[in-house]
Amino acid sequence: MIIVFALFLLTLLVLTAIAVVRTENLFVAVMLMAIFSLLMAANFFILDAADVALTEAAVGAGVTTVIFLGALALTVERERSRRAGRGLALGVVSVIVLVLIYATFDKPRLGDPEAPVHQHVAPWYLEQTPELIGIPNVVTAVLGSFRGYDTLGEVFVVLAACIGVLFILGTAPPSHRAPKDSGETGLRHHLVPQVVGRLLIPFIILFGLYVQFHGEYGPGGGFQAGAIIATGLILHALLEGETAALRSIPRSFLLGMVAGGAMLYTLVGVAGIALGGNFLDYSVLAEDPVKGQQIGILAIEAGVGVTVCGALLSIFHAFAARD
Amino acid sequence: MLEFLGYYNYWVFAILLMIGFYAVIARGNLIKKLLGLSIFQSAVFLMYITMDKVEGGTAPIIQPGATDQLYSNPLPQVLILTAIVVGVSTTALGLAIVVRIKDAYGSIEEHEIFEENQPQ
Repeated sequence: MIIVFALFLLTLLVLTAIAVVRTENLFVAVMLMAIFSLLMAANFFILDAADVALTEAAVGAGVTTVIFLGALALTVERERSRRAGRGLALGVVSVIVLVLIYATFDKPRLGDPEAPVHQHVAPWYLEQTPELIGIPNVVTAVLGSFRGYDTLGEVFVVLAACIGVLFILGTAPPSHRAPKDSGETGLRHHLVPQVVGRLLIPFIILFGLYVQFHGEYGPGGGFQAGAIIATGLILHALLEGETAALRSIPRSFLLGMVAGGAMLYTLVGVAGIALGGNFLDYSVLAEDPVKGQQIGILAIEAGVGVTVCGALLSIFHAFAARD
Repeated sequence: MLEFLGYYNYWVFAILLMIGFYAVIARGNLIKKLLGLSIFQSAVFLMYITMDKVEGGTAPIIQPGATDQLYSNPLPQVLILTAIVVGVSTTALGLAIVVRIKDAYGSIEEHEIFEENQPQ
């Protein structure tokens, strides 16, 4: 039964992607992209990747859509069609699809337990996590502890991208208009989004905090929680308007969050060195190595969550402020 | 028959990858190109997550007491989990550049930007 559902979802995914590319209304394309992300999240869930599904749903369907819409508001909503070169592109793309499909027959079948990817370090992670880290969610254990270096790198990429966006969009637009009067922004005059949104925001943020602190036991962690809390705060900014949102959480505070989270992560790593271990070795953080690992993972997940939340909100405000 | 169904995920990966690539090379609108790039990126995520599945397995969250439970591979999940968040940050960076191109050239259509750049 589940295989029929999976086939249906995958086919729908292809149809949505074709629709995204075909439509000339960019607003429609962005909305279809949100649907594409939700379908992708459902697919990830069927493939046993609960953590990834949660991230894709929060980031792909939530934050990405808002950022694309922010960019659309600053550019144009319709693309001007131009037919030149499409036939050639279609030909090239079709040939590559056929070659790629031919190549898939060399890959192990879906779910094959003998596939090379399941033979190397993965069984070791699954076996050793309860003993060395003592938390049930292996994804969090690998993310936070075994592969802490990778995650530190990713956090700094997010930090760098956020700085890049702020540098690129930080200058005033050439035709600088007088700032609009602040009372009229947002959806304040629309009753239904206002009431529903106000009801939803606390629960979104509560769920984000749950995902943050329950990440060791269930699907979740800093990346997901940061994205979920950011969506809640973006909803607040959309309802109340840019100015009100920046009054409650000023821009400098957001920048502090982005840098502070990355700093916290690095400091946990340095604390490992100071206490006689290696960089990002958490087992020296407490008397009991397992307890030290858990403290370390909690701390770095908090750093990840703060950075991701701050970065996504800063990026959103950078686009929204140019309107 | 079932043998072929096992490859369906990979076929969808190949098709999505090329749909995204087509949008990048055939469409002139810069935002459409970025949407295509997002589809391309999602296709790669799908391929990685497809590889993590183990027949009869479940999400890699260890259940205490269950001894012979099979778990799917956590490693591709960790890679893609972080890649998704990095993906949105880099997409935002691309969109920021598009917004500045619109400021500088008054258009986000590739051919119009080329015409504007043409030496007189």
